[in-house]
Amino acid sequence: MPNSAELTHFIFGRLTWDALPLHVPILLATFAGVAVGGVALLAVITRYKLWGYLWREWFTSIDHKKIGIMYMVLAIVMLLRGFADALMMRSQQVLSFGSAHGYLPPEHYDQVFTAHGVIMIFFVAMPLITGLMNFVVPMQIGARDVAFPFLNNFSFWMTVGGAVTVMMSLFIGVFARTGWLAYPPLSDIAYSPDVGVDYYIWALQIAGIGTLLSGVNLLATIIKMRAPGMSLMKMPVFTWTALCTNVLIVASFPILTAVLALLSLDRYVGTQFFTNNLGGDPMLYVNLIWMWGHPEVYILILPCFGVFSEVVSTYSGKPLFGYTSMVYATVAITVLSYLVWLHHFFTMGSGADVNSFFGITTMIISIPTGAKIFNWLFTMYRGRVRFELPMLWTLGFMVTFVIGGMTGVLLAVPSADFVLHNSLFLVAHFHNVIIGGVVFGAFAGISYWFPKAFGFKLDPFWGKMSFWFWLTGFYFAFMPLYVLGLMGVTRRLSHFDDPSLRIWFEIAAFGAGLIALGIGSFLVQIAVSIRNREALRDVTGDPWNGRTLEWSTASPPPAYNFAFTPVVHALDAWSDMKTGGYERPVSGFNSIHMPRNTGAGVILAGLSVAAGFGLIWHMWWLVVLGLVAILAVAIGHSFNLDRDFYIPAEAVVRTEGERTELLRKAA
Amino acid sequence: MSSKAHLHLAAGRDGPAFYLSEDHHPENSTLLGFWLYLMSDCLIFAVLFATFGVLGHNYAGGPTGARLFELPMVAVNTAMLLFSSITYGMAMIAAQSGRPKETLVWLAVTGLFGCAFLGLELTEFVHLIGEGHGPQSSAFLSSFFTLVGTHGLHVTCGVIWLVTLMTQVARRGLTETNLRRLMCLSLFWHFLDVIWIGVFSFVYLLGVL
Repeated sequence: MPNSAELTHFIFGRLTWDALPLHVPILLATFAGVAVGGVALLAVITRYKLWGYLWREWFTSIDHKKIGIMYMVLAIVMLLRGFADALMMRSQQVLSFGSAHGYLPPEHYDQVFTAHGVIMIFFVAMPLITGLMNFVVPMQIGARDVAFPFLNNFSFWMTVGGAVTVMMSLFIGVFARTGWLAYPPLSDIAYSPDVGVDYYIWALQIAGIGTLLSGVNLLATIIKMRAPGMSLMKMPVFTWTALCTNVLIVASFPILTAVLALLSLDRYVGTQFFTNNLGGDPMLYVNLIWMWGHPEVYILILPCFGVFSEVVSTYSGKPLFGYTSMVYATVAITVLSYLVWLHHFFTMGSGADVNSFFGITTMIISIPTGAKIFNWLFTMYRGRVRFELPMLWTLGFMVTFVIGGMTGVLLAVPSADFVLHNSLFLVAHFHNVIIGGVVFGAFAGISYWFPKAFGFKLDPFWGKMSFWFWLTGFYFAFMPLYVLGLMGVTRRLSHFDDPSLRIWFEIAAFGAGLIALGIGSFLVQIAVSIRNREALRDVTGDPWNGRTLEWSTASPPPAYNFAFTPVVHALDAWSDMKTGGYERPVSGFNSIHMPRNTGAGVILAGLSVAAGFGLIWHMWWLVVLGLVAILAVAIGHSFNLDRDFYIPAEAVVRTEGERTELLRKAA
Repeated sequence: MSSKAHLHLAAGRDGPAFYLSEDHHPENSTLLGFWLYLMSDCLIFAVLFATFGVLGHNYAGGPTGARLFELPMVAVNTAMLLFSSITYGMAMIAAQSGRPKETLVWLAVTGLFGCAFLGLELTEFVHLIGEGHGPQSSAFLSSFFTLVGTHGLHVTCGVIWLVTLMTQVARRGLTETNLRRLMCLSLFWHFLDVIWIGVFSFVYLLGVL
């Protein structure tokens, strides 16, 4: 009979009471806040008996529109967490000068900047992009759902599983202190023996499975499920960018999976891939992770380019200028994104020839990107531009992104990069393109498609408040970092000695405050819009005089999207239909074949989180149990063939009849 | 696309038809989706091959491939996997001609060859680790064990999948769903064969040269 210490170790692995942050007041307060908020939320859901509704209508839903919306909700929730980390860094750097050391000790500060990067990229930007693609792409191509509806639900819950794993590290144990890419040898077991890097690895592996499968899914959807007549060169630009992004996902995320697997072997088995002895090579990790990492930034930005293309053309009331060149520019960026990874570490010492090659390929990327900017400008030229909210975000993007792009070209010069490598100049550059490109793009997309998703527009006043706070806040927060970077200040520092630097950090902190107001205004905008939804209601389904197929159906769209599958004759199919004398069909409806909801995705993702938790804390029984259960549920699911049903024709007649009535009243 | 055949005007107006008045059934995308997945899996192997390429000569003063590998055993092992691919092909022929019993027999033979392959591979691993040449000893051995082991893990998953599919074929016969699944596993199985050819030539043959 084993003694109790052995038994405890068997059950809990390395998890002890010390793992709880009982001695860190900041974390205790956060935990109290999250716990109170969480309990309140659960109480409200229980009070209004919403569990059944949420489970049936949302969690188990295989409807691409609902899954898209859930991705957006996940992203916004995680944005609050990631932004809280940003505020902590900004305030620490203002306070920690000379003899003052601020309120974040280095080991905590290091976790904060790592978590900020990981959360913002994987659990904010990625869900925003995936959510938009999920919601919009099937409707833009005239399809009723994605190619693999169950897989779509599973992918979403795996992404949630990754986010949950990161959030657990806040209160149980620690997170990685390595920076968002966890370079070895620092991330090897010798220098990071605690659970931080393991949280990092398993959160990304769990979420990565979801991302990869959703990439496969959307690719198959775009290739196989386009409406009759929609040839590739008649696809809306957003769908084109989604196609390219998903090619990048499928062709780059496996690299991340593999390299993180090798790092975990180093940590768990004691292999010598990235160690400093017995033949290991840390730079191999750096190369491999950037072979994923650089395509990743194009995964994020390409769909945003698509959003801006849709927005510019809609609000200028014109077809997009240079559609063909836009498509080729997108494809060129897709290919080039694989040829530039080494510019992230020119200082590795690979020599002048190699560095020149990667410097030149990097600069070449600015050519197709520049072409896109000109296309958008020429689309606006002589258009009747309506300065609605999505258009404001687009204009803010064009100015900001061009600046960020130019500092990128500066960094692409290897000799300049030797000076600027890992400085705040770099930090300013990538925030310049990610906030100016991805965040602005996501907000443009949200305000553009919100009426499609919910049937009412977003409140313009609070939207404009949000836009101006974000825009000015961005410049206040990051222009000082360019200055500091040029003065030689490196990134990831929690303390400074030179008091002359302080003013720049104060300006940056002020900017972060403005961005906080921008995020607050966005939340207020949502609340105000829901309250005033009747005044903001759109019954036409086409509030912006849109050009693509998603605007041809009701808002919110019925579960089946289109009562009849559209037939496409031209680019901007809906615009073509409106000018070509299209009349909405009001009779002759058939029953519609649809996939059935399933809870298997939630269950599989939950089991994955449990297995991941076991791996992090070395609770091996939980790992084995979790993996066996995953296998059993997956095999069990393959025996379930009752996966589809027919929406009866009467239900379609009823739904479409209600819409006919609404349209008649509105007219 | 077959739907073009019944593309006609809904209301008898002039001008182009903007929608199909009949039900539209896009082609099943499973095979394409599975191909895409396989290519992503191929990239995982690409990373492992590249890692072996970079670290494969970092022996850290330990033994080289020439000293460790026993080619005759690897040759038998390779034969097991190649035979399993042939027998899987026979299973597919039987399945396409609608003979469920014969399909099951060939699938069972395939599974046995797969298990034989795994058994030999495990024997090799146990032998190496027993001699003190485990994956921890050098970057060469780390990348060797990981590349070969990942392939073995895939074969293991393939065998589990094979048994599952055999149950489903035995229960429901060669339905459309089961045929599609057999086709997917067929792609997976042959894919692993191709990867093994790479492992055999790149790791073992070049290793003993």
